[in-house]
Order: sequence, then structure tokens, then C-alpha cells
Amino acid sequence: MSLVNESNLGLAASSASPRDYVVLLKPRVMSLVVLTALAGLLLAPPVHPVIGVISLLAITVGAGASGALNMWYDADIDRLMARTALRPIPAGRLAGGEALAFGLLLSFFSVIVLGLAANWPAAGLLAFTIFYYVIVYTMWLKRSTPQNIVIGGAAGALPPMVGYAAATGSISLSSVVLFAIIFIWTPPHFWSLALCKSADYGRAGIPMAPNVWGPDSTRLHILVYSLVLAPVGLAPWLLGFAGPAYGIVSLLGGVGMVYGAIKVYRQRVGDKARKIAMGNFGFSILYLFALFGVLVVERIVLIATGIML
Amino acid sequence: MPTHFVLKPLTPEQEKRRRQRNIAIGFAVAVLVVIFYAITIVKLGPNVFVRPD
Repeated sequence: MSLVNESNLGLAASSASPRDYVVLLKPRVMSLVVLTALAGLLLAPPVHPVIGVISLLAITVGAGASGALNMWYDADIDRLMARTALRPIPAGRLAGGEALAFGLLLSFFSVIVLGLAANWPAAGLLAFTIFYYVIVYTMWLKRSTPQNIVIGGAAGALPPMVGYAAATGSISLSSVVLFAIIFIWTPPHFWSLALCKSADYGRAGIPMAPNVWGPDSTRLHILVYSLVLAPVGLAPWLLGFAGPAYGIVSLLGGVGMVYGAIKVYRQRVGDKARKIAMGNFGFSILYLFALFGVLVVERIVLIATGIML
Repeated sequence: MPTHFVLKPLTPEQEKRRRQRNIAIGFAVAVLVVIFYAITIVKLGPNVFVRPD
């Protein structure tokens, strides 16, 4: 039996399944956070493996908590977009308050666990990441400026720095370079998607670049950011903290990003333009996974064999 | 404003999901216990063998 006040308290029995709570955490974003935070962690001097695993878990859960708080706040606009209408809150499987409580609880525990397991500067940086994503990006920038994902992208770019800080208690040039890669990668990645979903964003009143600047200007921006991204992606190898395998992958990937951006820039109308933009969106995900994947594998090989790169 | 509480039976589906949520919460708490235990042991390190005479 459940105690329900149907008149005004809204204490209806929850119909949410554990899977709905998992969806709130944005698992696909979390998988990228695991990889990028691990890269930051492995760039640092070695830590006790148990501390490393717990730190990684805390950072990942912190990122998931940001996702839950984002879905709580954005439920009104998620309802209006086909891409997000099936999320647990707009679909009616989970109440907004449940998502808020879940997000706050996970934020609290992820920061505390990282502080206890690793150090408090890293925990502070994780808390700042959650604050930045939820307050600065979700509540402020997302609905107010087409630069939303440019400035807000910093939140998604911070995990490697948090990972590095978890091992050392500080930041370094290498962790800042990894931050820069994700930061510059975010706009062409999201704008490629936004080109195809501009009707969705328009319906929800979100000022994404294609809706405000127009598709042509957005295509130019994608090209410019991709031209900057390619050399920045090479930086870990040029600066000597990544090996030749990373150098080759980042070179080929950078060429692919620029080539994709040129195709997006040139093909502007019709179904073909849409397919090319979605293709560029997909390739950008592959690019980032490949860069950080190779970086992680290289570091693991280095640690396992003791061979200097 | 007066409030009126009514006891409303859960549907079998709601009961099933509540049970699943409870299991998930139990699992999460168990993971937290393991995490805090592991942190304690690692932080103590070799000192864990130090015993007062």
C-alpha cells in the first residue's frame, strides 16, 4: 500500500525502474568520461591501483550526477524535442523531484569519495565541474546564447584534469592540453548534430548556432574549429607525452575531421547535406574515442613494460 | 487547506519496480561500504600491522 495524497502533494507511487535512473546518468557520456579521466590519471605519476579505480569511479559518477541534474532542469524542453522526449522525466516514468534528489545525492557522494580516496583539490575540481555543467551551462548558457556549447564545453573537458589532479593534487601542461582537445572538439561535434536537429531546438526555443547564426555560418564555424582542432589534437605527441601510435592516429583523425568539416561546408542543401552532417557528428565521436583510447593503451603499455616512449 | 490522504494499493508492476529499486539501493550501499573499507586499508598501508604492545 502507498500513502498518497492525490489532491496537492503529488506523492504518487513511483513507477521508475533502476534502468530509468541509469538513463538519467547519460551512460554514453559517462563512457567518454571514464576514458578521458583515465587518460588524465595515467599521465600522472602512478597511484595505488585501488585509489585509481575508486577515483575513476567517483569522477564518472560525478559526471552522471551532472547528467541527472541536467535532465531534471531541462525536463520542460526535453519534452518538446523528439531526440529527448523519451527520457525518463518527459516520458512520465520518473518524477522531477526523484531525479533532483538522485543527482544531488550522487554529486555529494562522488565529491566526498574522491576527496577521501584521492585528495581535496581533485574533489574541489570535480565539484566545480558539476557546478559548471549544471548551473553555468544548463541553467544559464544553454537557453541564452548560441555560444552555449562553446563555453559550456569546458565542463565536458575537465575530467582529464580531475583525473590528473586525483593522482597529483595539482594540474599540469599535459592535463591542460587534454582539456583543450575536448574543449575545441565540442563545438564542431555538437554543431554537426544541431544542423540536423535545428527544428527540434527551434521548437524548444534553444538558441543553437544553426537557429541563430543560420546553417551557413554554423558550417563555417565547424570548419574553423576543426582546423584548430587538428593541430591541438597532435599536441600530446609534439610535446612528448604521447607516443608514435598516438601521433599517427591523431594525424589521421585530424585530417579526417578537417575533411569531414569541408564536406559539411560544401554540401549545404538536401538530404545529402543532412547525411554528411550526421556522418561528421559520428566521426567526431570516433575521433575523440580513438585519441584518448590510444593514449590510454600507450600509457598502460608504458607502465607494464617500463619502456619510455 | 485540508489534506486528505488515501491509501492506494500499488499495482503489481509498481511493486515489482519498487523491489528492483530497493535491490539497487542495497547494492549501491554495499558498494559504498566496500569503497570506504578499501580506502581505509590503502590509506593505513603497512601501519595496519602496527599493534600497541
